[in-house]
Amino acid sequence: MSEILFFALRNKKLKAGLSIVLFFVLLGLFGPLISKYKDPLEYVGPGYQPPSKDFWLGTTTFGQDVFTQLVYGIRSSFFVGLVGGGLATLIGLSIGFLAGYRGGLLDEMLMMLTNILLVIPTLALLIIIAAYLPYRGVLIQSIIIGFTAWPWTTRAVRAQTLSLKAREYVNLARISGRSTLKIIIYEIVPNMLSYVFMVFILQFGGAILAAVGLDFIGLGPTKGISLGLMMQNAVLWNAIQLGMWWWVIPPGLVITLIVGGLYFMNVGLDEVFNPRLREM
Amino acid sequence: MKKYLRTKILVYVLTFIFAVTIDWLIPRLMPGNPILVLVSRFSGLPESARVMYSYLTKAFGLDQPLWKQYFNFWIAFLKGDLGISIYLYPKPVLDVLKSALPYSLGILLPSILASWFAGNSIGALAARRRRLDSILLPIMYFINGAPYLWLGIILAYYFGVVLRWFPIAGAYSFGLRPHLSWLFVGNFLKHWILPFLSLFIVQLGGWAIGMRNMVIYELESNYSRFLETLGVKNSLIRKYAFRNAILPQITGLALQLGTVIAGQVTTEVVFSYPGIGYILTQAILNQDYFLIQGCFIFIIIGVLIANFTVDLVYVALDPRIRYSYGGEIS
Repeated sequence: MSEILFFALRNKKLKAGLSIVLFFVLLGLFGPLISKYKDPLEYVGPGYQPPSKDFWLGTTTFGQDVFTQLVYGIRSSFFVGLVGGGLATLIGLSIGFLAGYRGGLLDEMLMMLTNILLVIPTLALLIIIAAYLPYRGVLIQSIIIGFTAWPWTTRAVRAQTLSLKAREYVNLARISGRSTLKIIIYEIVPNMLSYVFMVFILQFGGAILAAVGLDFIGLGPTKGISLGLMMQNAVLWNAIQLGMWWWVIPPGLVITLIVGGLYFMNVGLDEVFNPRLREM
Repeated sequence: MKKYLRTKILVYVLTFIFAVTIDWLIPRLMPGNPILVLVSRFSGLPESARVMYSYLTKAFGLDQPLWKQYFNFWIAFLKGDLGISIYLYPKPVLDVLKSALPYSLGILLPSILASWFAGNSIGALAARRRRLDSILLPIMYFINGAPYLWLGIILAYYFGVVLRWFPIAGAYSFGLRPHLSWLFVGNFLKHWILPFLSLFIVQLGGWAIGMRNMVIYELESNYSRFLETLGVKNSLIRKYAFRNAILPQITGLALQLGTVIAGQVTTEVVFSYPGIGYILTQAILNQDYFLIQGCFIFIIIGVLIANFTVDLVYVALDPRIRYSYGGEIS
């Protein structure tokens, strides 16, 4: 453990990625407190205002404060990442472990289902589900993202479980009469913990991107604000043509930095956990 | 090899059945009567609402037993009947989608192929070349994390509004009609370049990262080490590494397709480019459910065809699959 911490603290990629992500976590947590306006949808001033002392990131066509919208949007992005990415990781792991460890017919069936879902683009599936929901909140959005994003995790986890399953200590546990669930939890999971953590980070970023896509094509939360909704509104109200860069560019920039930071963290972690990748 | 293709085809057929079933099931699973929901959202006169109601009742066939509804759905589907568009009433959904398809493919295919080749070359170049790597890698990761639509917005803003080099809406100018002439083709290309670039750039990042990692992995493997101890030229070792590393990238092509299509949909919206994605968004904004379902089916069919093509290419390139197929290919 201390060895991992030693390498973690020296890994530049991990540190860089983590600082970027942490910065936005803090901005999401405290941004609403430091912004002058409490409601992101409230009309607080004249429209079309470029950034100024009163409006740090300018205002929308309707006179809403872009900075306030941005910090609330960051909150909902992290929420989607946490819940949607977490759920996808959980489902992916459970099915992957079960299919890989049990094998046989159950494995065949679960993998068939996984392969089928893997072919169908997640967004297409999300669209068809979200389009029929009369009310959509950020939570519901996260849940449907979680339920559609798990297949690639399952495949990867299953492959790893298959290789771990043949190890002697697992056989020993089986001979001593431990139940499948206990063997998975006590023998297999601990050996894949680093991998599980990295999968979660990737799912986290993936869920944020999926939510942005959904929001942008008009299937976002019916109430509240998100970074995707901001961009949807901006494009819908011709912010590009009117040159209102302060409205269209920042939300996407924030997403790019968060997701890019997460990916970068992941590479760093890979090097920390995997001695072969460490830079000498 | 036969077994390999047979397994794949089985998965694809099942996927297709699964997708069509979802298309049928989702409206029926949702709370309430789907027709009432549809009609109440249909913003029209009471008169047209009544026409819609009777049409939808017939189309959904809700008065019949479930198995028959499902059966009828398949029959209509196999006849190419995807329903009537509400938003573009009375155009059949199939016709709407058919005329949008070329625009989508015209951006999607070139961007995928171009970014795949360019990305793999960049990735292979950057692997194990410290200076290039340390500059390129961070850039590629952030490009890879950028939402497609945002890159589209940036390009549209900079090249379309600030520099005024390219138009940023539509597939060709309003005054023109699609026909074969230099004027039209030039105009078309001018509208085409920005959406193409935004898809191209985002995908580039992913391919470059993947290739870099694969080449490094191959250069670490025993055969490379062995060649090194034999004193073989570095360029030859890299060549072998490249050939081995390219295979997972082909599989990756199929895996990436879903994300790329999602990106294509949003990019078309940014540029009001009249492809499937733009139609889909219009359908969503206008609550045109038949059109949404039609887009879904079109996307699935496209993905299946693409997946199968990738499989065939893979078989052609990797002799190991041709000779024997056993176990998982990861």
